[in-house]
Amino acid sequence: MEPLDGRAVKGSAVEGSALDGNAIGGLLIEVFGAEMTTASSVCGSCGATRQVAELAVYRHQLGSVVRCRGCDSVLMVFVQIRGITCVDLQGLASLG
Amino acid sequence: MAGTAVRGRLSWSLATVGLVVEETRTVRTLSLDVAGWPGHRAGQHVDIRLTAEDGYVAERAYSIASAPGEPPAITVQRLSDGEVSGYLTQEARPGDQCQVRGPIGGYFVWEPAFGGPLLLLAGGSGIVPLRSILRHRGFTGSSVPARLLYSARQLADVIYRDELDGHSASGDVRVSYALTRSQPPGWTGYARRVDDEMLAEVAWPAADKPLAYVCGPTSFVETVAAGLVRLGYPPVRVRTERFGATGA
Repeated sequence: MEPLDGRAVKGSAVEGSALDGNAIGGLLIEVFGAEMTTASSVCGSCGATRQVAELAVYRHQLGSVVRCRGCDSVLMVFVQIRGITCVDLQGLASLG
Repeated sequence: MAGTAVRGRLSWSLATVGLVVEETRTVRTLSLDVAGWPGHRAGQHVDIRLTAEDGYVAERAYSIASAPGEPPAITVQRLSDGEVSGYLTQEARPGDQCQVRGPIGGYFVWEPAFGGPLLLLAGGSGIVPLRSILRHRGFTGSSVPARLLYSARQLADVIYRDELDGHSASGDVRVSYALTRSQPPGWTGYARRVDDEMLAEVAWPAADKPLAYVCGPTSFVETVAAGLVRLGYPPVRVRTERFGATGA
């Protein structure tokens, strides 16, 4: 999957209000095989360290976009289609 | 980190609807019988998946309303355009089946060992995971002091009212209500949205090193969390769970 363009674009382009990383805890278990909401994430843009539960999640018809609560950068994108989940983690410096 | 494609794991279990309790005009609690349920922690949630006859699939996340040790139960509020909440609050009957995935979440959870004093703040159906926490506190005989501030539009919208008033009457938990839209005659509780002045009256002083759990719509959570930080609560002692208009 190609990285999203404009990953550092501010949240103004995002519709609706953000949920917490908790909201995609089930999806994360499906993808990673483990409880991930307490995993530590490091933003690839601003370097902020947060638990996944504290990240901002925007749910869309096709999947979920996860952004940094500090700088709004896109950290993770999950797109689900025909039983396959495509995962883009390129906004993260680390996760675990 | 590199992108990848993952084939879905088989993480869904079949759940059978058990006891159904009508909580308010638009809210129901459904007890779920899930074979092999591993047990849950107070504050966790489950994902519910419904599949229509034509194969259309809808998934939603619901907080677990019951305490650890009890069968999982969800409390669902009917939303005007809610395709899942509409089914769960109007059509689901004992014996009906759905798919469930969980328990999920390790952040918005409480255990007696975490201590307190506990400050629980609920907006609308944000009371659900906090009710699990209060039950867990009660069942384990925890001596951690607890206070609850619950914001609802009107008294008829207050979920678990008898149970909460029971806590209040026994002096076990100080329960404060904020009714934002209408109040019954003689109402002595708050009659406005949560604000800093209300938080200052209700919240444990920051010097007591309280642990706060805030759950509700995004705007409620952000107002409350920011207010608690202004009162001196360290952000790491304020755990939040937001849900959107499409229902958590």
